[in-house]
Amino acid sequence: MKKTLIALAAVVVIGGYVLYQNQGRFFLILLAQHRLSNPFQSSGNTAPATNISYKNGTYTGSVEDAFYGNVQVQATITGGKITDVQFLQYPHDALRSQAINSLAMPNLRQEAITAQIAQVDVVSGATDTSNAFVQSLQTALSQAK
Amino acid sequence: MKQTRLMMGMPITVEIVNCKVKLFHFQEIFNYFQYIDDTFSTYKENSEISKINRGLLTKSQYSRDMQTILDLAERTRQDTQGYFDIHRGDKIDPSGIVKGWAIYQAALSLKQKGFTDYYVDAGGDIQVSGLNSHHQPWIVGIRNPFNREEIVKVVSLKGKGIATSGTYIRGAHIYNPQDKTDNLAEVISFTVIGPNVYEADRFATAAFAMGKKGIEFIEKLSGFEGYMIDKKSIATMTSKFSEYVVKSVEESEKKDLKSIQ
Repeated sequence: MKKTLIALAAVVVIGGYVLYQNQGRFFLILLAQHRLSNPFQSSGNTAPATNISYKNGTYTGSVEDAFYGNVQVQATITGGKITDVQFLQYPHDALRSQAINSLAMPNLRQEAITAQIAQVDVVSGATDTSNAFVQSLQTALSQAK
Repeated sequence: MKQTRLMMGMPITVEIVNCKVKLFHFQEIFNYFQYIDDTFSTYKENSEISKINRGLLTKSQYSRDMQTILDLAERTRQDTQGYFDIHRGDKIDPSGIVKGWAIYQAALSLKQKGFTDYYVDAGGDIQVSGLNSHHQPWIVGIRNPFNREEIVKVVSLKGKGIATSGTYIRGAHIYNPQDKTDNLAEVISFTVIGPNVYEADRFATAAFAMGKKGIEFIEKLSGFEGYMIDKKSIATMTSKFSEYVVKSVEESEKKDLKSIQ
């Protein structure tokens, strides 16, 4: 119930999730994602004009449950824009990074990913971490206003 | 019939292809996930796992599901060269293994009720069974980690589990807090197809944590295939992954064109 409320709060605060089903296809669209993800995109992409200006400084977001663990981010604002986001907590932090046997990479096929046009029943992807990320970032940015 | 709930911070979707299916069948599945959250969430003070971490329960008092999960977590630690470990100092957090296991248990409960054609999807980790409403194997898209509205691969699955581990945030700002030189963003998305979603999920989690070596790890596991996307939008796949791939319309047309020429 609490998680649902958190999700509902996110809808109000950042524009919301549109959750809809259509002819066997299921999409979770994060409307705010485009704006929020722009700071992470490499230069050259056209960013839409945004009229939100933040106060310069470093702001720490809330700790959000990503189910696999906590996500917490710290946003840095320079010149009124998000210039960096660092992870203070990340779900995989407890996985020990032991060296594994370094075998020669077998001949595994590689390809550049391309968008596919197909009717699918269901989509596999990691949604949990990014949702928690957006929520944590949002609380960081709310302090910067 | 298909139903979705937002639970545990993620959408959980169940589709059952059967004319006799009723809403309560779905409600039972969502109730089960609620029980899982109530038992295994480290964020709930009164969950069993929280009580264990506060030293309030002895091993003999653990529930059967808790004992099962702890045994499976230990087995996974051994199976993944220590990359998967639920120990956080003197506390334990098995949530990395609970999700896939719970999806699989939910799917098995549908089987026990006599359903044959269904899938259970919790936050993009999926168990499929039987056929879809078009009497075909279930068609599963792999989401583009750089654009959530797109899919970059389409696979056809019969009685398998598929799980994706990763982060959908583009850029080089994602580091392992324990080791700042370890750039987790090298690998953005790691999808594993396995005999069931529990197996796929635990190995996807571990493979993602291994960075680019993760794909080698999956290649060596029999019965598992992997599709790894790195920050340069390059996908690396295991040698038999292509057996699951549904060719896109354009690719099929190109192939036809070639054969004509």
